[in-house]
Amino acid sequence: MELIFKLALVVVIFLISLLIAMYSTYAERKVAAFLQDRVGPNRAGPWGILQPLADGGKMFLKEEIIPTNANTFLFIVGPSLAIMTACIGSAVIPWGQKLTIGSYVIDLQVADINVGILYIFGVVSLGVYGIMIGGWASNNKYSLLGAIRAASQNISYEIAMGLSIIALLMVTGTLSLRQIAEQQHGFWQNGYFAWNAFKQPLGFLLFLVCAFAETNRSPFDLPECETELVGGYHTEYSSMKLGFYLFAEYINMFISSAVMATLFFGGYNFPFMDMIHSANLVTIIGVVVLFVKIFAFIFFFMWVRWTIPRFRYDQLMDLGWKVLIPLAIANIILTGLWTTFIRG
Amino acid sequence: MEPLSNKRKVIEQKPLSFLERAYLPAIFQGLGITIKHFFKKPVTISYPEEKREFSENFRGMHSLKRDENGKERCTACGLCALSCPAEAITMTAAERQPGEEHLYREEKYAAVYEINMLRCIFCGLCEEACPKEAIYLDGDIVPADYLRKDFIYGKDKLVEAPLNQ
Repeated sequence: MELIFKLALVVVIFLISLLIAMYSTYAERKVAAFLQDRVGPNRAGPWGILQPLADGGKMFLKEEIIPTNANTFLFIVGPSLAIMTACIGSAVIPWGQKLTIGSYVIDLQVADINVGILYIFGVVSLGVYGIMIGGWASNNKYSLLGAIRAASQNISYEIAMGLSIIALLMVTGTLSLRQIAEQQHGFWQNGYFAWNAFKQPLGFLLFLVCAFAETNRSPFDLPECETELVGGYHTEYSSMKLGFYLFAEYINMFISSAVMATLFFGGYNFPFMDMIHSANLVTIIGVVVLFVKIFAFIFFFMWVRWTIPRFRYDQLMDLGWKVLIPLAIANIILTGLWTTFIRG
Repeated sequence: MEPLSNKRKVIEQKPLSFLERAYLPAIFQGLGITIKHFFKKPVTISYPEEKREFSENFRGMHSLKRDENGKERCTACGLCALSCPAEAITMTAAERQPGEEHLYREEKYAAVYEINMLRCIFCGLCEEACPKEAIYLDGDIVPADYLRKDFIYGKDKLVEAPLNQ
C-alpha cells in the first residue's frame, strides 16, 4: 500500500512539474509582455492559455535534425540527461505534512532522506552534464563555447551555493528537508520569525544569486547568450530535443524555487497555522501555500530576467569568486560566532 | 586643440562607489521600474479586431470611381500606368458600344484594369496623373493572401460599387 501511494505521488509530482514547466513558458511570455506594456500571447484559446499546447505540438511536429558530424548517441543523451536530472530533483522536497485518509497516512514527500540537501546538490551538479554533453556532441564551436560557459559557471557558483548552505545548516543542525521545514513551523516562534530567511538573510541572498546562476537564468544566462553564441549549447538542436532543453530549464527553475521556499521561506508553513485544528486542512492549505511561494519565486525569476541585462563573462566570474565566496565564508563565520556566543 | 563647438563635455570616469559596486541598489531600482510597467495598460492595438484611425492623407487600396450617374470615369488613357514607378498597372482599352452609355462615361473605357498589389508602392502618382479623377487610393490596407496571383486585383475588386438609385 505504501508503495502504491509513493508511486502515485511520484507520478503526480512528475506531471505537476511538467505542467508547471509548460505553463512557465506561457507565464514567461505573459510576464515579459506585461513588463513591456504589451499583451503577450492571446490567440490560442482565451487569453492564450492553450499556447503551451500549441508550442508543444509544434515542437513534436518539427523536423528532427541530427547534424552529420555530431556524435549521434551523445547528441541524444544530452537533452535526455538534462530533463532527467531536472525531474529527479523533486524527490526530496516535502510538499506538505502528512495527509490522513481513513486509516492511511500519506506522507507528501517521496523520500525523506537525511541528506536531502546533499541529494539536491548532487542532482543539480549532474544537470550540467546534460548541457556539457549536448554542447560537445553538437560538434559546433558555439555549442561548445556555450557548454564550457555553462560548466564553468555552474562549478563556480556551486561553491558559493554550498557555502551559503553551510551557514544555514549551522542554524538548522540537520540536512533533512523535512526537518528543516518542520523547524520553521508557523511564522513567529520564541519572539522571532520562524522562517530561515530572517535568520540567514545574507545566506538567502547568496543562495538566490547562485540559484539564478545554477538555472542559467538571466542575468547569468551566458551559456545561451544569443548575441555572441547564436543559441549557445542548443544551437544545433531542433524539434523536441530542443524542447527538452527548454523544459529542463523551466523544471530546474521550479525545483530551485521549491528548494528556496522550503529552505528559507518556511516551505508549507504559513502564519497562524496553529489556529486551524483539522490536521488535513492544515496539510492542504500548506500545500497550496507552498505552491504560492513557489510561483512567487518563479515570478521573481522572470521579473529579474526582464529587468537586468546579462553579465559579461569576466564580471560573472568576478562576482562568483571574488564577491560571493568571500561573503559566504564571512556569513559562515558570523553564524558560527552567533551560534556559539549568543544562542549559547 | 581648439574645440569645434562649445558643446564638448569632458566625461569624468569616477571609480564606482561601494553601493554602485554592490549592484543591489541599482537592481532593486530597476525591478521597481519594471514592476510599475507591469500594472500599466498595454499599448497594443489588437489589429484585425481593433483598428487605429487612419490619417487624412492615408493611401490604401485603390478604387476606380464612378461619376454622379454611376458611369465608370476611367477612359483607359494609360497615364496612370505611365506614371506608375513600380509598373504595377496594366490595362486593355475597348470602345464603348451603342447601348453601353449608362456604363461608361467616355467612348473609350478600360475592359481590363489590373493592379499588381505586390508591385504597388502606394505612392499615389496614379491618383495625381489621372485627368478624369477616376482613381483614388482611398481604401483600406490591402489584405494578406496566400498566392501571388491573388494579389493581381482586377476590375471586380477595384471598381466602386454601382450607385443604387
